[in-house]
Amino acid sequence: MAEEETTESISEEEVSEDLDPILAERISILENILSTYDISISSFLGEINIHIQKIDLLDILTILKNSPETLCNLFLCLSIVDYEDRFEAVYHLQSTTLNHRYVIKSSLDKDKPLISSCIGIWKGCDWYEREGHDLFGVVFEGHPNLSPLLLYEEFEGYPGRKDFPFNDYKEW
Amino acid sequence: MSIIDLFLLQIKIITLFGGLTIVVLSLVWLERRVLGKIQRRIGPNRVGPQGLLQSLADGIKLLVKEDIIPESADKWIYWLAPIIVFVPPFVIWITIPIASDNSVLAVNNMHLGLLFVIALTVVSITGLVMAGWGSANKYAILGGLRSTAQLISYEIPIIMVAISVLIICQTTDLKEIVDKQNIIPYAIYLPLGLLLFFIAGIAEVGRIPFDIYHAESEIVGGPFVEYSGAHWSVFYLAEYIQTFTIAVLITLLFLGGWHIPFISLQENIILGFFITIIKSYGVVLIIFWFRGTFPRMRIDQLMSFAWKVLIPLSFANVIFSSIVIFYDIPLLVLSIINILVTVLIGYVLYNKFTTPAIIDAEEMLRKARNYKLPEGI
Amino acid sequence: MTNQQSLNSVDMLLNMGPQHPSTHGVFRMVLQIDGERVIDVDPYIGYLHRGSEKLSEGEQYAQIVTLFDRLDYLANFNNELVFCMAVEKLMEVEIPERAEYIRVILCELNRIASHFLFYGTMGMDAGASTPILYGFRDREKIQSVFESVSGARMMHNYFRIGGVKEDLPTDFFEKIYWLIDEIKKGVDQADSLLSFNEIFLNRTRNIGLINAEDAIDYGLTGPNLRASGVSYDLRKNDPYSIYERFDFDIPVGDRGDVWDRYFVRVQEIRESVKIIEQALKQIPDGEITANVRRIARPPEGDIFAHAENPRGDFGVYLVSDGSDKPYRLKIRPPSFCNLMALRHMMRNAYVSDAVMILGSIDIVLGEVDR
Repeated sequence: MAEEETTESISEEEVSEDLDPILAERISILENILSTYDISISSFLGEINIHIQKIDLLDILTILKNSPETLCNLFLCLSIVDYEDRFEAVYHLQSTTLNHRYVIKSSLDKDKPLISSCIGIWKGCDWYEREGHDLFGVVFEGHPNLSPLLLYEEFEGYPGRKDFPFNDYKEW
Repeated sequence: MSIIDLFLLQIKIITLFGGLTIVVLSLVWLERRVLGKIQRRIGPNRVGPQGLLQSLADGIKLLVKEDIIPESADKWIYWLAPIIVFVPPFVIWITIPIASDNSVLAVNNMHLGLLFVIALTVVSITGLVMAGWGSANKYAILGGLRSTAQLISYEIPIIMVAISVLIICQTTDLKEIVDKQNIIPYAIYLPLGLLLFFIAGIAEVGRIPFDIYHAESEIVGGPFVEYSGAHWSVFYLAEYIQTFTIAVLITLLFLGGWHIPFISLQENIILGFFITIIKSYGVVLIIFWFRGTFPRMRIDQLMSFAWKVLIPLSFANVIFSSIVIFYDIPLLVLSIINILVTVLIGYVLYNKFTTPAIIDAEEMLRKARNYKLPEGI
Repeated sequence: MTNQQSLNSVDMLLNMGPQHPSTHGVFRMVLQIDGERVIDVDPYIGYLHRGSEKLSEGEQYAQIVTLFDRLDYLANFNNELVFCMAVEKLMEVEIPERAEYIRVILCELNRIASHFLFYGTMGMDAGASTPILYGFRDREKIQSVFESVSGARMMHNYFRIGGVKEDLPTDFFEKIYWLIDEIKKGVDQADSLLSFNEIFLNRTRNIGLINAEDAIDYGLTGPNLRASGVSYDLRKNDPYSIYERFDFDIPVGDRGDVWDRYFVRVQEIRESVKIIEQALKQIPDGEITANVRRIARPPEGDIFAHAENPRGDFGVYLVSDGSDKPYRLKIRPPSFCNLMALRHMMRNAYVSDAVMILGSIDIVLGEVDR
C-alpha cells in the first residue's frame, strides 16, 4: 500500500506542478531546507505531505518551525492512524503568518510503536501525545507524564486500534 | 413589673417575631419577583395569588426535609452555628423603633440603642466561621475564613458612619435620632455617610456585589454548603432579616424614619409605621436591584476597597462632622463637603478603572478596522 | 515567605469539579492553594469521552454528521460544516452557490449564539445573575430560527455532503431581519450591562495573562489567540467556503487577559452580523445540493480540513480507504488545545480568578473529551 501511494503521489505531483505553481514552489523550498534528510515529499489535493523517518522527527519539526521560509509556529494536530502493517503519526503544522500548512508523516512499528515526543518544541502537543498513548499505546519518548487522559486509570487495551472490538455489533 | 406588664411584653415579642417572619417571607417573594422583572422572566406566580405563598411553601418544604449532618463534621459546632447566626439579628429588633410611640412598637427602646444594634451585628460572624469549620468541607472553610475577613473589615465603616450620625444628633437613642430628622433627613447632610453605610451594610449582610463568602460560582455556597433542611433555612432567614435590618437602620439614621421629609405632620402611629416600612422596602429594593446588576468582587479587591476607600472616607466623615458641630458651622456646609468628596472619589475611581477599558476597546476597534493581512496570504 | 515557612503552613488541595457550578460541564481541576492563592492546577478531562472518533469508523459518511453535532454542542453547524468540507474536499465536489450562502449564514448565526452564551456564563462566573438570562434570551431567538430551518434547536443534522438538507423556509428572510435587529440590541445591552462594569473590569483585566508567543506555543486558536494579539482567523487567513467575498474585521486584543478574551468575542458578534447582512444581500437562487451519491464513497487518500469555529480552529483529519466508512477520523478540537494553556494562565491567580479564567477560555467539554 505504501508503494502504491508513493507512485500515485509522484504522478500527482507532476500534475500539480502544472496546476499550482505556488505549491510547486513550496515543495522545492522544502526540498532545499530538508535536503540532508531522508524524506519524500508529495502533494495531494493542495496539501503537502512529507514522509519522514521517525529518527529525524525532532530535527525536521524544529527546522519547519524556525526556518523563515516555513515558520510553522502553530502545532495543529497529531493523529495516530492504525494501518494494517504499521502505525502512522501524522503531524499537522500551520504557520499563522505565512498560511503554510504541512503534513508530516512518520511510520511506526506495529508491535512496539515508539516515537520521540516533541513537547520540547511545542507545549501544545502535550495532551495530543497523552491521548495517542491512551488510545493507541504509542510511547512518546521524553514525555514527562503519559498518564491516561481520556480513559480512566484501570482501562485495559487501546480502544483506538483497529483490533479493539468496538464497532463489531450488528444493527439488524 | 406586674404580671400584666410581663404578659404585654410576651405579646409584643411574639408579634415582633411573627411580624419579622412575615417580612422575611415577603422579602423572599419580592426578591424573586423583582429579579424576575429585571431578568425578563416571570418569577414565582403559581402558589397563591401572584405566587405570594411560594416562600411559605418553600419554608414548609425546608422544615420537613431531612437534616443531614456530615459524617466527618464537628457535630456540636455544626449544630450550634445556625443558632448563633440566627439569634442576634432577631435580638437587635428588640430595640428598633418603627413608629413614633415606642411603648407600642419597640419592645424596649434603649438609650444606647444604636450601640446595641451595632454590637450585636458582629456576633453573627462567629456563627459563620463555626459553620465553615464544623462542616469539614474545604469550600466551607474557605467561605468561613472569607466571611471573617469581610465582615470584620466592613464593621468599621458602619461604626464610623454611625458615629458621625451620633456627633450630629448628640444621642444614641434611635427614637430621638429619628425625631431630630422630622424636617430634614440626615441624608441631606451626610450623603457620603449614607453611601458608605449602604455599601458597608450590603457587605455586612453578604449580598451581591459582596457575596464572596457564599459565592455560588466559586465556593459553592461557602459555609452553607453542607447544610440542608431546617438548618439551612435558618441561615437563609437570618440573611434576610439582616438585610431588612440594614434597610431599616438606613431609614432610621438617614431617611427620617416615620417622618415625611420636608413636611411637618402631626405624629400618627399607623401612618408613621407605614412610612417606615415603605422607606425600608425602598432601600431593600435597591439592594435587590444591585443583585440583578452587579458581578461579584474578589476577596483582595473587597478588602482593599474597605481599607483603602471606605474606612479612610468614613474617618474623614467623622472629622468633618465633628468640626462642623464643634465650631457651630451650618450643617449645609457638611452636606456640600460630603457631596464634593463623593463626586471626587467617584471621578477618581472611574478614571482609574473604567477609562482604560474604554480606551482599550476603542483601540481594539481601530485595530480591527485598519487590519491588513500579513504578506503571503 | 519566611513567615510562612516558620509557621510551617501546608498547601491545601481543592478539588473543583467534576460537579461544580463553574466548570461548564464535567471538567475537574485540582487546585493547590495557599490561602486564596492558586499555586498549581491539575486539569483532568475525559468524563465525557464517548469515543466519537472510533464510533465514526463504524458509520457511513452521511451518518457521521450527527456525531459532529454532538462534539461542540454550542456550535453544531460549524462542526457539521468542517466535516462536510473534509469529505467534499476529498471527493472534489463543487457546492452550489446557494448552499454555500446558507451554510455561511447559519454558521455565523451559530457563532453569535455561542458567543451570547459565553457572555452569559462569563457574567455568571463573575457572580452576576442577569447576563446569563439575557444571553440565553438572545440565543433562544437564534435557535428558534434554527428550528424553523433545520427542525431542531441544537442537533441539526442539516448539512449534507454536497450541500444542505433542504431549502430555507419561506418566512426565513422576514425572521432573520427581525433577528438581526434583536442581536444588535442584545450586544448593545451586553456592553452596557457587563462589559464596562467597574467591578467586572476589576475582576477581568490583567488576569489570566498569556502573551502571543506562549499562546501560539500552546496551540491556542480562535478568540483566545486573538485576544493575545495574534491576528489569526481562518476566515481571513485561509478563506474557506465563500468567506473571501465578505468584508468584515477581525477584533484583536492586546494583553491577552480575561477581559480581552471576553471583549473580542463580544466584538465578533458584531462582525458576524456584518457577514450575515452581506450574505443575505448576495444569496442567489438555485440548487441546494451538488450531485452526490447518497452513500458517499470518497476515493482513497487522506485530507485535513479546518475552519474557524466560535472556539477556534476546528479541524478534521480524514483517512479514507475508498469504502463508505472512513478508515480513520481524527478531530482537532479547539477547546482541547485551549484548555492546555489553563495551567499557564493560572499562575498567581486567586481562587475566584481560577473560575473566571476557566470561563474565559470558553471550553465545551463535548469536544474536549469527544
